[in-house]
Amino acid sequence: MSEVLRLEGIRKSYGVTPVLRGIDLTVNRHEVIAVIGASGSGKSTLLRTINLLETIDDGQIWLADAAGTLEDISDPRAKADAIRARIGFVFQHLNLFPHLSVLDNVTISTRHVQRIRRQVAEARGLELLDRVGLADKAREFPDRLSGGQQQRVAIARAIATDPELLLLDEITSALDPQLVGEVLDLVRQLKSEGTTIVMATHEMAFARDVADHVVFLDNGVVGEQGPPTEIFTAPRTSRAREFLGRFLA
Amino acid sequence: MSDETAWQPSSIELGRRAVRRSRGMRSILIGLGSTLLFAAIVWITVVNTPGWSAVQKAFFDPETFVESIPLVAKGFLLNLRVLGYSVVSVAILGMLLAFLRTLRGPVFFPLRALATGYTDLFRGTPLIIVLYLVGFGIPALQGRTGSVIPAEILGTIAITLTYSAYVSEVLRAGIESVHPSQRLAARSLGLSHAQSMRIVLIPQAIRRVTPALMNDFVSMQKDVGLISVLGAVDAVRAAQIIKAQSFNFTPYVVAGLLFVLLAIPTIRFTDWYTARLRAREQAGSIV
Repeated sequence: MSEVLRLEGIRKSYGVTPVLRGIDLTVNRHEVIAVIGASGSGKSTLLRTINLLETIDDGQIWLADAAGTLEDISDPRAKADAIRARIGFVFQHLNLFPHLSVLDNVTISTRHVQRIRRQVAEARGLELLDRVGLADKAREFPDRLSGGQQQRVAIARAIATDPELLLLDEITSALDPQLVGEVLDLVRQLKSEGTTIVMATHEMAFARDVADHVVFLDNGVVGEQGPPTEIFTAPRTSRAREFLGRFLA
Repeated sequence: MSDETAWQPSSIELGRRAVRRSRGMRSILIGLGSTLLFAAIVWITVVNTPGWSAVQKAFFDPETFVESIPLVAKGFLLNLRVLGYSVVSVAILGMLLAFLRTLRGPVFFPLRALATGYTDLFRGTPLIIVLYLVGFGIPALQGRTGSVIPAEILGTIAITLTYSAYVSEVLRAGIESVHPSQRLAARSLGLSHAQSMRIVLIPQAIRRVTPALMNDFVSMQKDVGLISVLGAVDAVRAAQIIKAQSFNFTPYVVAGLLFVLLAIPTIRFTDWYTARLRAREQAGSIV
């Protein structure tokens, strides 16, 4: 299995508050990693640092290029914009661009970052929308869609450039319960298609079913990690047992 | 669909429609009546003031009105030209200034500082002073050798200097009012700062500040009348010339009417345009 992402000793503080205190993590191709932990444990910050939306205070982030060679993307000389186009990111809060149609949202990175011709980009965008089951909404504006549909468009937008890695930051937390299912089904579908995913999530049942590897973040460090069968049935640390208490019972 | 064609409104719904119709009729009649009453009161009050006949003769003389139309209208074309040039140059310079002020990082400090200083200076200086400085300062720079720069160019420069400062502030406020998550989302897709601005933030910003921008535009439509201080024969200057010959102020009323006629379509268009954008992006509601 080839490595897609490797984190070594990632540290990040906001002012004097440490958020990440030395995170090591390896993600292999086609793997789905679930990052779990209490609110404020650093899950979102971790994903944002990987996508270079936050600068880190220490450590290194390695991302595989097309040939599979790891490149240090935490180097300030790395081309951040080009790297972000190689990593898909879906946010917790729906943030499609409200002034652009669904199709324009989905094709923005292929057209403006990869500079693919409009017709080609739109044909591919329609294919993508078809994959997420929203081909008939291509000309609609985001505000006319339900929360679940918007989040599926956001996922389509994030994978439009065929990124090596997809980061999902609690993508169902802002949705009504009856809309969560359709978004999680889409993530399952992406996994079956071989997408490499790192997702921060509060959906424990979903993490248990879908993740290949679960990372429990506790106070800015990896408290425990392992296959879901272990973490969700017999956590070794007392902190993980405490956090998963309600779910385990 | 067959249900839809077979459907006939119930008697309850028909009753409700009748009530709405009669209420609608009644409000129109009340509105019409009160407007007429108000107009009549104002008219009677003004007409019965002691100086009315003198004022009427000096400001609303029909003969002078008709006579002054050709010259004032010809001058007004100059105002329109200056307005046309200024709209383009203000849009470009205002956008550039707003963009400069959004740049981050120490490298851009000089540009940011320059843009900030510029907006402070020209928002603080009265337009008429800028007009004098540009209108008489720039030609003086040429010494005695240069050719004559037309007043419409000098006027355009002065109006651009002042209005781009206002417009850039409106645009900047618009850009800053777009939620930061939109910028993050744009950057996460790999768009550069400039692309995020151009494709994501500025279009949303402009929509939000369209009413404010149009307000500046209407204000600019009137202020192009100030170029008369540069000696160009625009609508105001033409009116002044006729007044000097006829000792009647009616030409000013003609010029004023032309400026109002110019402004009204802009104002109506803005209202219509913003309503349309809102309707397209949001599922509507009646309240």
